[in-house]
Amino acid sequence: MNLYRAHVLVCGGTGCSSSGSAQLIERFEQQLKEKGLEKEVQVVRTGCFGLCEAGPVVIVYPEGTFYSRVKVEDVDEIVSEHLLKGRKVQHLVYVDHATKESTIQKSLDEVGFYKQQERLALRNCGVIDPENIDEYIAFDGYKALGKVLTEMTPEEVIKVVLDSGLRGRGGAGFPTGKKWQFAAASKADQKYIICNADEGDPGAFMDRSILEGDPHSVIEAMAIGGYAIGATEGYVYVRAEYPIAVGRLQTAIDQAREYGLLGKNIFGSGFDFDMHIRLGAGAFVCGEETALMHSIEGMRGEPTPKPPFPAVRGLFDKPSNINNVETYANIPLIINKGADWFKSIGTPGNSGTKVFALGGKINNTGLVEIPMGTTLRTVIYDIGGGIPNGKKFKAVQTGGPSGGCIPAEHLDIAIDYDSLTSIGSMMGSGGMIVMDEDNCMVDIARFFLDFTVDESCGKCTPCRVGTRRMLEILERITEGKGEEGDIEKLEALAENIKATALCGLGQTAPNPVLSTLKYFREEYEAHIKEKRCPAHHCQKLLNYVITDKCRGCTLCSKVCPAGAISGTVREQHVIDTTKCLKCGACIEKCRFGAIIKN
Amino acid sequence: MPEMKEKYVQLDEVIAKHKGTPGALMPVLQEAQNIFGYVPMDVQQIIADGLGTTLSEVYGVATFYAQFSLEPKGEYVVGVCLGTACYVKGSQKVLDKLSEVLDVPVGKTTADGKFTLNATRCLGACGLAPVMMINDEVYGRLVPEDIPGIVEKYRA
Repeated sequence: MNLYRAHVLVCGGTGCSSSGSAQLIERFEQQLKEKGLEKEVQVVRTGCFGLCEAGPVVIVYPEGTFYSRVKVEDVDEIVSEHLLKGRKVQHLVYVDHATKESTIQKSLDEVGFYKQQERLALRNCGVIDPENIDEYIAFDGYKALGKVLTEMTPEEVIKVVLDSGLRGRGGAGFPTGKKWQFAAASKADQKYIICNADEGDPGAFMDRSILEGDPHSVIEAMAIGGYAIGATEGYVYVRAEYPIAVGRLQTAIDQAREYGLLGKNIFGSGFDFDMHIRLGAGAFVCGEETALMHSIEGMRGEPTPKPPFPAVRGLFDKPSNINNVETYANIPLIINKGADWFKSIGTPGNSGTKVFALGGKINNTGLVEIPMGTTLRTVIYDIGGGIPNGKKFKAVQTGGPSGGCIPAEHLDIAIDYDSLTSIGSMMGSGGMIVMDEDNCMVDIARFFLDFTVDESCGKCTPCRVGTRRMLEILERITEGKGEEGDIEKLEALAENIKATALCGLGQTAPNPVLSTLKYFREEYEAHIKEKRCPAHHCQKLLNYVITDKCRGCTLCSKVCPAGAISGTVREQHVIDTTKCLKCGACIEKCRFGAIIKN
Repeated sequence: MPEMKEKYVQLDEVIAKHKGTPGALMPVLQEAQNIFGYVPMDVQQIIADGLGTTLSEVYGVATFYAQFSLEPKGEYVVGVCLGTACYVKGSQKVLDKLSEVLDVPVGKTTADGKFTLNATRCLGACGLAPVMMINDEVYGRLVPEDIPGIVEKYRA
């Protein structure tokens, strides 16, 4: 094995790949060869570093220098300056958003974005080459599987997971150990262990990043789970929209088979386990466990009522256990370090960490992993670097289409499953979308209902018809056709749907409406009663007005497709609001900033 | 058309490969779509016969999932992300602009068969929001003004 004096880690996650990290790797390798450094410096394509905003990201070790938004033409400079002469390239080093300081003197873990994070599920993401099983093994990989198979009984494994307090990271937070216990208790000739990687919540991409950055951790955990519940076969159900994740997972499965870590008689213990990948086909409802299993069976992904629970009758009518990617990624650590260690992180009843995908109107977009109990304020301002362009924070949306919008007054709440539910939102899979004063909360509610209506499988009436009626009302309100009584109708429909829908999708679909009604009711009222959108977002409720900045250049009246603008040359023009189409063509053309929306 | 014949041979191979494995229908449909670009009715009938199921069963599955298309797609498939992170950063305006520039409604293909315009679910590149994809190429941090220039590259 070669010993290298320096390592160049290039992020190969989806975000950085989209902004050209593959070309960076090519260029690095070519440049290093040209300078004769290929035996001294190794280039590694890793998983996601988390700070997607700064992508493509390059880290140079041993210093831990953090280069951001690196372009192909910058590579030559990094090679000739940093790697050849030992001088960091100042102008490419990441600048901390919060402090506006260059991080040139700091190593990666001292940067504001990372300082308050605790990376457990993401421990290997951005650290190892996900396509090399040896690197995973070097970081204690498959040690937990070895321990479980050679030293522990299935009951002992379940007890550790139960004692750790680990709860499902996919949404509702059901204790993982309990799920395993139920599945283990079912008697059958065949059982299955399933990984839910059908990450459908818009704006959540932690599961994809784990599969891309550390696929072996999921394979190892599923084998451990298989041993615990008595399953010899596993399925990973993953979105087809994640080609990089699917590819790396397949590579990892092949490597694990080659090493005898999947297959017959693993570690000479007599335990057999193997797994398959199944691709989703773009149906959000398949994140629901019964729907997901029907999809693996090759059927329409429609949910069925529970009970029977999957632990009793699941995939192919056999007892099955299903957890999501992030949940599995925690398992090897818990086995290696013990339940007490895991419980020491987070808060009582909410052990460990949670990964969030921070997005929207926030400076540091990306993946963050924090101990449970961290406040929203810490995540948004200290880690996320606050709101860009000097705008005011308005709300943070968690839990995707099942969650809600949390206003500024709750920013100091400690994040865990129970606290988020208590304020009308939920943990969900961990999307965290920040909104500023320019976002209309009625429109956001409409956006989520539009999503749910589209994704409702149509099996039960409350969800199929009820969510559509809610969407119609919300559309009317945002178009300025809201009526007295609309809010009450929305509330009544919401309560009905919550109480009667068949699966989690329908039962939680009204949450975005209920939470925005709870915290931003005055915005609904302004739309309905005053036909006004306080955020100036809803196109049909805007009036375009020409201010006294107008020099009378006539440009706007020429571009107006409706002939709504009149006025004489060199005098202030006027918009006839009855003719105005609100297309915005005049604003684009005006050189004096004289046209405003209100 | 010899190429077309070849596609049907490939389809038969796919069916033969998966026949007998539990839950074969989805992988077969997925591979069929890769071969033909979409899953027309005659292909669905062949799959139904090959796997020993009914056309209604196959059609039910093919129409349930957004990924399967029953109509041919354009040479370039333009997908604008309407995930939450992209939406709050203005991806709807990008989509509207594309619809205007390409002169095609969302979900449809242009008359010349060149472009299909879709609104997609979260592409997971939230750090680059708002994002769109044209076939495998990703465009990030978009504003509506970028659209005409990008489309022009593909029209040539």
